[in-house]
Amino acid sequence: MRAADLLHFSAQTLARQRSRGIMILCAMGLGVAAVLALTALGEGARGYVMNEFTSIGKNILVMMPGRKQTTGGMPPVTGSAARDITLEEAYLLPRRISAIEEAVPLIIGSARVSYNERGRQVTALGTTSVFLELRHLSLTLGNNLPAGDFRRAGGDAIIGEKLKQALFDARPALGEFIRIGDSRFRVVGVLGGRGDAMGMDLSDAVIIPVAAAQRLFNVSGLFRVMMSLRDGYAVADVKKRIEIAMQSFHQGELDVTIVSPDSMMATFDNILIAMTLAVGAIGAISLLVAGVLIMNVMLISVSQRTREIGLLKALGASSSDIMRVFLTEAMLMTGAGAFVGVVVGLLLVWSGRLAFPDIPFHTPLWALFTAVAVALLTGLAFSWLPARRASLLQPVDALQKP
Amino acid sequence: MAFIEIQNVSKSFRSGNTSRGVLKNVNLSVDEGEFVSIAGFTGSGKSTLLNMLGLLDKPDRGIYRLAGIETTELGEERRAKLRREQIGFVFQSFHLISRLSAQENIELPMLLEGVVPRERQRLAREVMERLSLADRAHHQPGQLSGGQRQRVAIARAIVMRPSLLLADEPTGNLDSHSGGEAMALLEELNRSGITLLMVTHDPSLGGRARRRIRMADGKITADASDDDARR
Repeated sequence: MRAADLLHFSAQTLARQRSRGIMILCAMGLGVAAVLALTALGEGARGYVMNEFTSIGKNILVMMPGRKQTTGGMPPVTGSAARDITLEEAYLLPRRISAIEEAVPLIIGSARVSYNERGRQVTALGTTSVFLELRHLSLTLGNNLPAGDFRRAGGDAIIGEKLKQALFDARPALGEFIRIGDSRFRVVGVLGGRGDAMGMDLSDAVIIPVAAAQRLFNVSGLFRVMMSLRDGYAVADVKKRIEIAMQSFHQGELDVTIVSPDSMMATFDNILIAMTLAVGAIGAISLLVAGVLIMNVMLISVSQRTREIGLLKALGASSSDIMRVFLTEAMLMTGAGAFVGVVVGLLLVWSGRLAFPDIPFHTPLWALFTAVAVALLTGLAFSWLPARRASLLQPVDALQKP
Repeated sequence: MAFIEIQNVSKSFRSGNTSRGVLKNVNLSVDEGEFVSIAGFTGSGKSTLLNMLGLLDKPDRGIYRLAGIETTELGEERRAKLRREQIGFVFQSFHLISRLSAQENIELPMLLEGVVPRERQRLAREVMERLSLADRAHHQPGQLSGGQRQRVAIARAIVMRPSLLLADEPTGNLDSHSGGEAMALLEELNRSGITLLMVTHDPSLGGRARRRIRMADGKITADASDDDARR
């Protein structure tokens, strides 16, 4: 049989058995649409998380005390009695290494903040004026910490929105003096929004100059030093040079860890890609279910058309002709189902994007092709048995069936 | 050499543990252009013999030569090709595909052969013209009378110009008028040179054949020819 005739003959058959065709079309369409929508969901989640990460900044290196051979993850919080990274070292690094634009020291602790008789235990962050810019945070009221030499302890504080509410209610906070631990600070700014990053809720925190925090918590070492890099430098090179500088500060011992958010991002990215694959596979299961449906529908069709199969054989169709007729029918239905599935799936993704503009839903191209390919393969695999059964029918028995 | 040559053909069907012989050492030879009727009761083996002659069934034992070709050893594809090119079937219940038009039904054997559409249509029209079906080309089988349906089926059987026409009770589902017409058509085809084998239990129809075979219990019990009578 010529391919065009085969297609036409199958199309004619399907046109006459609409309910059968529509059933398979729906099953396949739903399966394909499910894969598309689920992978879009996974990709959306990945995009969302990646965006959050990007807000940390791209050309940034983070240095912490202690040594850990790892590409990402957190360094040991306790353990390994490493030498402190001092404020002086953080001050010197950008002056030694031209690739570093700014070094932002960080000290984190917990302190009681009080105003008049109201008090509250919150996170206190000792850092510099550059911190806000580096983390893409903005003030709703007032000013940033004063710029200048961060080795000098000032008495200014920025408070988070939630903390401001807790201490001041609706009253103005700017210019008021609050007590943090034993020291007095003057509120110069209020942090806007959630201000939430890297798992810290900065809306319920106070930000003070790093030197003041050192005094407050009575520590000399820094928790972190974040460094922004100038454009045009290779991150790996700069990292190496910082390590050499730190080694020279620490009598030849390398006892700091420098990570780039990029490498952490890569780890997260891998995890989230795996998640996308997993949800996509769940969607693919519905394709298998559709495959079983195809098999049943085709088996019914074969038994209903036994006489026709017998006739075709009597007219000179070989077993492989019969097989081709039934496989073509299945593939036509599956193909149409896959097409409808792609359209429905993309519509779902599109409406998802309209409903949740924050989340970048999109179906990756590989998922689209895989879904269609799996659908077609499933259709082929599950119609094989019925088609084979049809092709092996004895023409004599088939013709005599009532 | 005879056109159809059957030697010592046996066939049995198994049902459960018992095996029933349907054809027992049948020998038959038919020359090209003959008109042979096969009569017998149900279970006499006449339909099995017809299916065997049509290459729809294989004998358990024995030899079947069609136009000099020994068919029992042939593979499935070759047998299908022989069916397409040499053999036309006419069935009692017509066996038209109801979703296809009359013309599309007639084109079916050519579709299976892979004839190009233009040629298919030309040959189908030609044969429909000959069988006075031209104005029914685009009717569905459901819109045709029994006699017309059988004419479409006969048209389908001869459109590939086979040398052998096998008819199984071709008038069994027709009233006497349509049946007579169908019979006349088959006889006319036979006169034009096609070998015709017809299974029927109707003696008045069987009597119109020049050679009459009678079967009982899987054997040919009588084989009478007008030529014998004349001799």
